[in-house]
Amino acid sequence: MSSERIGWTRDQMAARAAKELQDGFYVNLGIGIPTLVANHIPDGVDVTLQSENGMLGMGPFPFEGEEDADLINAGKQTITTLPKSSFFDSATSFAMIRGGHIDLSILGAMEVSENGDIANWMIPGKMVKGMGGAMDLVAGVKRCIALFDHTNKRGESKFLKACTLPLTGQNCIDMIITDLAVFEFDKTQKRFKLIELASSVSLDVLKSKTEATVIYD
Amino acid sequence: MSKIYSDAESALAGLTFDGMMVMSGGFGLCGIAENLIAALRGSGVTGLTVISNNAGIDGFGLGQLLETRQIKKMISSYVGENKEFERQYLGGELELEFNPQGTLAERIRAGGAGIPGFYTKTGVGTLIAEGKEHKAFKNSDGEMETYILETGLKADLSIIKAWKGDAAGNLIFKATARNFSPMMAMGGKVTVAEVDEIVPIGTLDPNFIHTPGVFVQRIIEAKCEKRIENLTLRERSA
Repeated sequence: MSSERIGWTRDQMAARAAKELQDGFYVNLGIGIPTLVANHIPDGVDVTLQSENGMLGMGPFPFEGEEDADLINAGKQTITTLPKSSFFDSATSFAMIRGGHIDLSILGAMEVSENGDIANWMIPGKMVKGMGGAMDLVAGVKRCIALFDHTNKRGESKFLKACTLPLTGQNCIDMIITDLAVFEFDKTQKRFKLIELASSVSLDVLKSKTEATVIYD
Repeated sequence: MSKIYSDAESALAGLTFDGMMVMSGGFGLCGIAENLIAALRGSGVTGLTVISNNAGIDGFGLGQLLETRQIKKMISSYVGENKEFERQYLGGELELEFNPQGTLAERIRAGGAGIPGFYTKTGVGTLIAEGKEHKAFKNSDGEMETYILETGLKADLSIIKAWKGDAAGNLIFKATARNFSPMMAMGGKVTVAEVDEIVPIGTLDPNFIHTPGVFVQRIIEAKCEKRIENLTLRERSA
């Protein structure tokens, strides 16, 4: 059995997700692979990044010596401002999120189900971290993309018929981008539809690694 | 009447009692009231219920109050940076109530604004919704959508950190260190603020005050260590 990696790298996944950005969008990027999306914003596309701890117009990481402990993103990383930046309190931040003023949320996932449920905040008895802003994001942002590895370390599908972990939100994921493929949620058929295979991934391989019922044609 | 106190200990004098509810501002270690947290530890008060987005890190911020077992219960959205917290929680020594971050912010805002409860769609269909009233409302597309009832939060004491303040209690915050503090200032029966700099009355432009003085009862000037949790830098290109 070949251990050779198939499908996209983390950076390629982020680059694929960046193609979903549109000019003028206000976007919230989650922690992990979604953060890398900021490195792939297409030329000519002007997006404003929201950080739920209280900032619009997130700038790049600071140069050494220019870091400011009072200026961080939701992952607690040091960041900088842009000329268009603004700061606000947490209630205002979540008014943007819950109130449907943010165009796109790209977030990581432990599991996504075929009807668009997502689980990404706890493993009972094992991991006690909390949901942070994820439940508000999936409930309130206009469009949500889940960006995650298609399988776990044991090679089992994370795109499931039903989530086994406690949910972050129900029927809220509009698009799935994994290292193997891209799926768009079809609102009439209430199922995800395959719209793109990663390079070097065959349909048979994808099907063998996907538990969810998916529209493949 | 000046609201200025000389230090954190005197600013908390007479305000603490066992079993009290405390709101503590900050996101991670950004914008936490370091000196007031240390003074709360020094007061020896126990059985605290602490409302704070996070629980500090091991040995710093609210982590200092966990070490001494002064906290009975935390109401938070994310506690992932604290091993002692996880140990006490999994060992059944500490109660924890998770709130989605936006729900937590709004519960604090509502409590301070005299609103006993509100409906939100955050958390519908999750563990968070269990046992809460569900109600359907029309959304902007005219479809019925389910929301859950969340209640406002109030505290006996709020401890917050601001950038500049004056003797009237007016505050301005710096950058993302603002986060939960303006709502907590409203949600505390008594709010004590520590600031980097106390300026003379009339110095702060009234157009740019973030928290008006009515929400702040006591204020101190104090130096903060301002630890960085996750220093991330950009390479300088040659």
